[in-house]
Amino acid sequence: MSQTLGALARFANPAELIEAAKKVRDAGYQKFDCHSPFPIHGMDDAMGLKRSPLGYIVGGMTLTGATVGMTLQYWIAAVEYPLVISGKPFFSWQAFIIVTFALFVLFGAFGAVLGMFHLNRLPRLHHPVFYSDKFAKVTDDAFYVSIEAEDEQFDDKKIQEFLSSIGGTDVELVAGE
Amino acid sequence: MSILNKHPQRDSAATEAVGGDELLVTGGHTFSTLTDKVSGIVETQTPPKWYLLFAMAVSGLMVLMGAIGWLVWEGTGIWGLNNPVGWGWAIVNFVFWVGIGHAGTLISAILFLLRQQWRTAINRFAEAMTIFAVISALVFPGIHVGRVWLAYYMFPIPNQMLIWPNFRSPLLWDIFAVGTYFTVSTLFWYVGLIPDLATLRDRATNVRKKVLGFFALGWRGGNRQWQHYEKAYLMLAGLATPLVLSVHSVVATDFATSMVPGWHTTIFPPYFVAGAVFSGFGMVMTLAIIARKIYGLEDIITVNHLEKMNKIILVTGSMVGYAYMTEFFIAWYSGNEYEFFAFINRALGPYAWAYWIMFLCNVITPQIFWFKRLRRSIPVMFVASIFVNIGMWFERFVITVTSLSRDYLPSSWDYYSPSIWDILTFVGSFGLFFTFFLLFLRFLPMVALSEVKGVMPEADPHHYHHKPKSAGGAK
Repeated sequence: MSQTLGALARFANPAELIEAAKKVRDAGYQKFDCHSPFPIHGMDDAMGLKRSPLGYIVGGMTLTGATVGMTLQYWIAAVEYPLVISGKPFFSWQAFIIVTFALFVLFGAFGAVLGMFHLNRLPRLHHPVFYSDKFAKVTDDAFYVSIEAEDEQFDDKKIQEFLSSIGGTDVELVAGE
Repeated sequence: MSILNKHPQRDSAATEAVGGDELLVTGGHTFSTLTDKVSGIVETQTPPKWYLLFAMAVSGLMVLMGAIGWLVWEGTGIWGLNNPVGWGWAIVNFVFWVGIGHAGTLISAILFLLRQQWRTAINRFAEAMTIFAVISALVFPGIHVGRVWLAYYMFPIPNQMLIWPNFRSPLLWDIFAVGTYFTVSTLFWYVGLIPDLATLRDRATNVRKKVLGFFALGWRGGNRQWQHYEKAYLMLAGLATPLVLSVHSVVATDFATSMVPGWHTTIFPPYFVAGAVFSGFGMVMTLAIIARKIYGLEDIITVNHLEKMNKIILVTGSMVGYAYMTEFFIAWYSGNEYEFFAFINRALGPYAWAYWIMFLCNVITPQIFWFKRLRRSIPVMFVASIFVNIGMWFERFVITVTSLSRDYLPSSWDYYSPSIWDILTFVGSFGLFFTFFLLFLRFLPMVALSEVKGVMPEADPHHYHHKPKSAGGAK
């Protein structure tokens, strides 16, 4: 059985999309998104989004990486395989800074990428918006607002009127299984 | 602020484009024509020149495979190494290729943090260049160990001999620094590619759509995604910036921590980094000029972009030249006779020919870019970029070979010359690099579409307050 999964409306340009985002938010919708071919300045505020928590993920990962790096080298050079080299102490931490730093960056980079995937719920190859043929233009030059049917206020009939009233064109309901 | 805003120059600039910036994309492109232009390259028939270049590149790759095969069979004796010069072209080529990579990261990370919006036109293929240059570089430490099947000794892997690598050695730092550099560059590049792969996906059909869709991960361009995406991009740029500066510094410590005259100097890390950026921009320039010509990207990679790169070449080239002179001064001023001899020997000894090729290419060539007309002349900058590439290869050759061939004891001095296998391996590494690079041009968008669109005036919501009826976004 096909059922309504959400609604889409197209807007002419980034300025209109921002205005639309404010209106959708003010109307009380929660599960909506504004799609554009590139990130638009000021959209986070217009949609009322909170700051991305990604920085904490990356921060945690970098510190983990640095700890792993220094511990690895300490364990190898001072515990598991202690060798006197150039008369230096077994735990010559100054020389270990570079590998520690490399792992700091490496873990942080994985944290940034995988953390971003997690927050964005990617990969997700199947999504209601892909049922719309026109929506494909959003990665080219189109600007869309989408509202999900799961939103508490969502109503098949009113939603189309609402999206038209805030200036949306090509308003459509997305239906699928 | 108010004084700044009333500045006459700023006002006159504002009449050209909203925001007071010059137009980065010329030729009256809209978002849509830009998409068509860049996506079209990988969607339509490839220019015949591509096949010619690809055939040459693959031939080079086969030469590399042959040279490595013979090396594995016979051992490092096939190279021109002799007793004092135990480090020959393998290390020279390694440093050369790693250095080239640095421009890509500088463009993608450092210029991003500095809000240099012109980077968007060139960052995608400069990053690709980085990745392929680092792959070419990593071939050399892998094969120079001679017994390549034991290359895993370089990694801290538990093994039956219960031995571990020495973490006090800069050569081991290199493994971690360059390995991390390669991984982070690849992640950065892929994250940048996701929205553009989605663009290609939405234009494709059938199997092609499925393959692209898989790699685009289901990107929908929603601001809830862009929010985390931009944050991730910023974080990656912030991590890659100190990383790129550290990588060539670590490569420099391979030399600087040794006691060899001419190597044991504290100037090496910063001087290597400047040289790396210099050589990398030389290579970006060579590739950019060829690619924009073949694929007709003159509106996106404009002469203004090339001029900006030439300015960076001028700055970093002058830094390198300054470092050469400082090295000489300190060699004399230190009062260390071995150190001073090493430098006199570089400029006037048996490798003087190499030293002066290096000096002319690296110090003199970039000085032509003081002149605006030369900075904007494509034939001039193409030739100059080739000279930069040559000069920077010779720099590594001069540093490596002159110091080793004549160190403390005259009785152990010897002249080093490469064997045919050294030369074939080096030539072959270009084959490896260009094979990857040409495949990239053929199958992936070489311009970061979402980023270029994002810096067009039409992308700024304020643009429409000035011209409410503009149709910049939608057709």
